[in-house]
Amino acid sequence: MRGESARSRLERWSFGTVAGLLAGFAILLLIAPTVIVIAVSFTSGLSLRFPPPGFSLRWYEALLTASPDLWRAARFSLEVAASATVISTVLAVSAALAIARRRDLWARFLDSIFMSPLMLPTLALGLSLLVLFNLMGSGVSKLTLIVGHVAITAPYILRTTSASLAQLDPVLLESAKSLGAGHGFAFRTVTLPLILPGVAAGAFIAFMMSFDNVAISLFLSDARSEVLPIRLWNIIESNLDVRAAAVSGVLIAVTAALVLLMERIVGVSRHVR
Amino acid sequence: MAARLMREGQLVLPLALFFACFVFAPLSLLGYVSLHTDVSLQQMGFAQYAKFLTDRFNLGVLGSTLWLGLEVTLITLLVGYPLAYLHSIAPPKWQKVLILMIVLPLLTSSVVRTFAWLVILGRQGIVNETLLALGLIEIPARLLYTQNAVVIALVQIELPLMVLPIVTALAAIDPNLSQASRSLGAGSWRTFFQVIVPLSAPGVLAGCLLVYASSVSAFVTQTLVGGGQQMFMPFYIYQQAIQANNYPFAAAIAMILLFSVLTLVTVINLLARRTRALSHT
Repeated sequence: MRGESARSRLERWSFGTVAGLLAGFAILLLIAPTVIVIAVSFTSGLSLRFPPPGFSLRWYEALLTASPDLWRAARFSLEVAASATVISTVLAVSAALAIARRRDLWARFLDSIFMSPLMLPTLALGLSLLVLFNLMGSGVSKLTLIVGHVAITAPYILRTTSASLAQLDPVLLESAKSLGAGHGFAFRTVTLPLILPGVAAGAFIAFMMSFDNVAISLFLSDARSEVLPIRLWNIIESNLDVRAAAVSGVLIAVTAALVLLMERIVGVSRHVR
Repeated sequence: MAARLMREGQLVLPLALFFACFVFAPLSLLGYVSLHTDVSLQQMGFAQYAKFLTDRFNLGVLGSTLWLGLEVTLITLLVGYPLAYLHSIAPPKWQKVLILMIVLPLLTSSVVRTFAWLVILGRQGIVNETLLALGLIEIPARLLYTQNAVVIALVQIELPLMVLPIVTALAAIDPNLSQASRSLGAGSWRTFFQVIVPLSAPGVLAGCLLVYASSVSAFVTQTLVGGGQQMFMPFYIYQQAIQANNYPFAAAIAMILLFSVLTLVTVINLLARRTRALSHT
């Protein structure tokens, strides 16, 4: 076998360098901001200077001792995200069971309708729901906020559940039925255990998206009950309080821990693709 | 058969009703509100649209929003594709690490990720401190509150949405194809552009769609990194509705943004269908 020609070696080298540099830049871009926020959250100073003048836990202490507003917002956000995720899971999983494996036009049409909130400008959806609730005379409340969050989280659960259903071998269900299992029994013992990781991954993603949502919450929450991302947004916009860095630090740590945990249990990363 | 259809109808009905009541009814209502000339919703007419489409400032806001989406989409594609490609050729153990590095930011709060850019680009941020230390500038430069700052921050925030569909598309390509291309004498560049890229086109289009739709409506990043001087459509909607209480005009802006995004989605979907048809022949 002859050795590589100089030209093909040069070509391989140039390709590898360009692709490697761009990919390296992408990795740096993904990681650096998180690292910088964590570093700043431990600052001993009063501003967001980077590198920090010294390190301390004072801003985390401020979170624990002097931030009832943030705790209240966090609790409200958790309640909203948890309720929205539960409702969204029930609705989206049952819809997925009906349409995931159908090729008919109506099923494809419904599927693209259900996925549409991922493409729509969410702010427009938030405004339209506000107009609707005002017209209905109900005004905005925790319930209306949950309704808005269900609309934007359902697509995530529908997608992961449909993908799990598509991978389900139909032979399994047929053999369960030929062995005399009814629909309910076959669902509980065959379908459900096999799609559960997909459902759980979708519910997890939905929860995180709801917890982070600003565009819908901006219109649908009243003045008394603020969700955490909006509280954080207000802090950042008004005075760039360093507590924002400490909240960010906590959120990054909790997210990382949850993602790693869910990766262990259900393999989240397989389901986001 | 009929029993099966009944059962499936019952299963899909709750979500279908929910979407009818809380996605399509309100969006239609928004369209209806936008067709009123006055704030008290008495007179119908196209005055709000005429007002928007004949005013230079308004058209500028629309233009800069759509342009922002385009810039962000192209840059995320430029850096995201190589990352997805790196994932496709990495050994399985590294693939797992890379995927976690991509998914983790995606699930981290976007307010937190936006905040990071305020720290990086701020007056005392890492960029200014480095430039000052190197003696390249004498007073901190104004990096925040510019269109470029919004673009950079959004590229970072939307990057996972671009990379993940491309990763999926690349994983579906038979590795023997690039082997075959090389043994037939094509170099790395040619193999990449003539074999790999065309086969991953559906993933690229899906990624572009998600990134574009998400970056034109990225309210938090646009307002925090763009500041008051940079006005984009989402903030304009919010301002007209909540601060100016002008619901018909806010509704019209929202409909125009919605229509712009939907037009693009339709065009790209048609393109995707064509590329799929091509790759099957």
